[in-house]
Amino acid sequence: MSNGHGNGYDADITASIVSRFDARPEQLIQILHGVVERFGYVPEAAIRQLAEALNLSRADVHGVVSYYHDFLTGKPGRHRVKICQAEACQAMGSHELTAHATGSLGMALHETKDDITLEPVYCLGNCACSPAVMIGDRVYGRVTAERFDELIGGLEGND
Amino acid sequence: MARTKVYVPRETAACSVGADDVAVAIARASKERGSDIQLVRNGSWGASWLEPLVEVEVGEQRIAYANVEPGDVAGLFDAGFLTGGEHAKRQGPVNEIPYLVNQERWTFFRCGLIEALSLEHFRATSGFAGLEKAFEIGGEAVAQAVLDSGLRGRGGAAFPAGIKWQTVRNAEGTQKYIACNADEGDSGTFSDRMLMEGDPYGLIEAMAIAGFAVGASKGYIYLRSEYPLTHKILSKALAVARDAGWLGHDIQGSGFDFDIELHLGAGSYVCGEETAMLESLEGRRGIVRSKPPLPALSGLFGKPTLVHNVVTLASVPNIVRLGAERYAGFGEGRSKGTLAFQLAGNVKRGGLVEKAFGITLRQLIEDFGGGTASGRPVKAVQVGGPLGAYIPAEQLDLPMDYEAFIKAGAMIGHGGIVVFDDLANMARMARFAMEFCAIESCGKCTPCRIGSTRGVEVIDRMIAGENRDENYDLLVDLCDTMESASLCAMGGMTPYPVRSVLKYFAEDFAPRQGGDA
Repeated sequence: MSNGHGNGYDADITASIVSRFDARPEQLIQILHGVVERFGYVPEAAIRQLAEALNLSRADVHGVVSYYHDFLTGKPGRHRVKICQAEACQAMGSHELTAHATGSLGMALHETKDDITLEPVYCLGNCACSPAVMIGDRVYGRVTAERFDELIGGLEGND
Repeated sequence: MARTKVYVPRETAACSVGADDVAVAIARASKERGSDIQLVRNGSWGASWLEPLVEVEVGEQRIAYANVEPGDVAGLFDAGFLTGGEHAKRQGPVNEIPYLVNQERWTFFRCGLIEALSLEHFRATSGFAGLEKAFEIGGEAVAQAVLDSGLRGRGGAAFPAGIKWQTVRNAEGTQKYIACNADEGDSGTFSDRMLMEGDPYGLIEAMAIAGFAVGASKGYIYLRSEYPLTHKILSKALAVARDAGWLGHDIQGSGFDFDIELHLGAGSYVCGEETAMLESLEGRRGIVRSKPPLPALSGLFGKPTLVHNVVTLASVPNIVRLGAERYAGFGEGRSKGTLAFQLAGNVKRGGLVEKAFGITLRQLIEDFGGGTASGRPVKAVQVGGPLGAYIPAEQLDLPMDYEAFIKAGAMIGHGGIVVFDDLANMARMARFAMEFCAIESCGKCTPCRIGSTRGVEVIDRMIAGENRDENYDLLVDLCDTMESASLCAMGGMTPYPVRSVLKYFAEDFAPRQGGDA
């Protein structure tokens, strides 16, 4: 997982992402993905910088950032842990899994504690192997409470 | 002696239950034991319940071993699995597994069969033969073949594809686009993902054929960000296809220019709606556009745009190659061809089942799916994603046919089938439908933006047993408003699951015994 933690915001990195997309305003969402990949979220400074670089208003950029679930404006934990809440996973006990997760981690959905940000997600397309969980960019299927604990334990071990 | 080929799928579902770890374990064990194997990362056949499904090529056959875990690998080697040895997890030849044999694979015929990123495997299985045929017969004949095949949009709306092709083809304009909707957000669906992971060049070929037929030189794939492995595979496939001259300037000396840009979505369900997707492709908030104008006439950047779902497009190369009649020979009535049904949720044998239209829900859930995973009776089945109705167990003999479903107040949509057992609380599912709409509404129209939140509140009161009759009427009224006055299917169809729960599972709204509600 490459949520560049420990690094402060670096305007040069954002500038290089922008130039990779030829500063085309229609590439804003792709550019924001690049920003999130590097910084883990979209810092306020990036919104200002992107507005200027792409010749958009700050309101335009802020509007896009706030619209999409992927673009957090606060710094998340090193590990974004997403538990699917959609129907197929509900049919296989995702409510119970979520209750287990919030209970064992001592945090609610949308919260960040230590290295972990816990989030709901609506369908990972792994509906034949429900319930599904995503950690970073890896999807896990048939996740029982025990398996969830193992996955979380593995994360802490890898810090 | 040739190296023994061992297939381990590189596909999200398989990897989600350990396929990568199994591949690593097999590679390591073969090295230790000095056996000469070639590890092939194929797509998935779609029998997700058997994943990780490992196959070993023995002579002309591929012997399958199911649900392989890294801890099984040593035992498999000991059992001589490289020569098809007996083992508790042995399934026999993969092409004799009933779940797979009993399908009609048209669009997914390469999935599982080939190494997904091997252009050589793709070519050896008629890859690009559809595009070559298109060059030969010309764009008009291609559009006509799509029309004659009876193919309808597989994204959910089921609009006749050929009419769209002809509209875009005949539209004025020098710049036209192909926009492939790979924002597969419906719960219970994964066929787009499986196709892109198992046969990425198949989609590229399909888009090139579409571009050639309608006169577009540029295509976009709008891929949801929840599919990171798909993104890796598609990115690589696009680069390989470009290097090999199957994308770009003057494709294979045909004089036809076509290239594809891959865009990632950012976690918004409504961006699966075609006009919201176009907004998002233009770098903006995924707010639904009013129609008209139709995207076919004024779509991406205001240009004529052919918008199709992944599976719709991927059905085309074989239609062009084998003829429209062959495709139209599958199915019944106005539902021609095959659909990749996806068995999901509480089902024993979940996965992808491509069958001709006309098969019943019961055949899919019982014969293919083997009933519920929990072993309990089926209570309800949601077909067509979060906007689809809940169908009660008594109606499982409903044939999979667009018109039959509409008549029953339901929809087939993208072919996702989510099974619930008798422990499911359907009032909670009705509430979830409204809640999901509230979370994902783009906010442009009031019935959807506000109605969904009011819907959650009304359902909460019903569940709590407050003024049940009054709230019931209010909910029905709210459903009427959302259905008739919303701008798109998000608000317009959220009432479908809600109404179906009111109709078939009203008793679930009763306060639970013991007063805990």
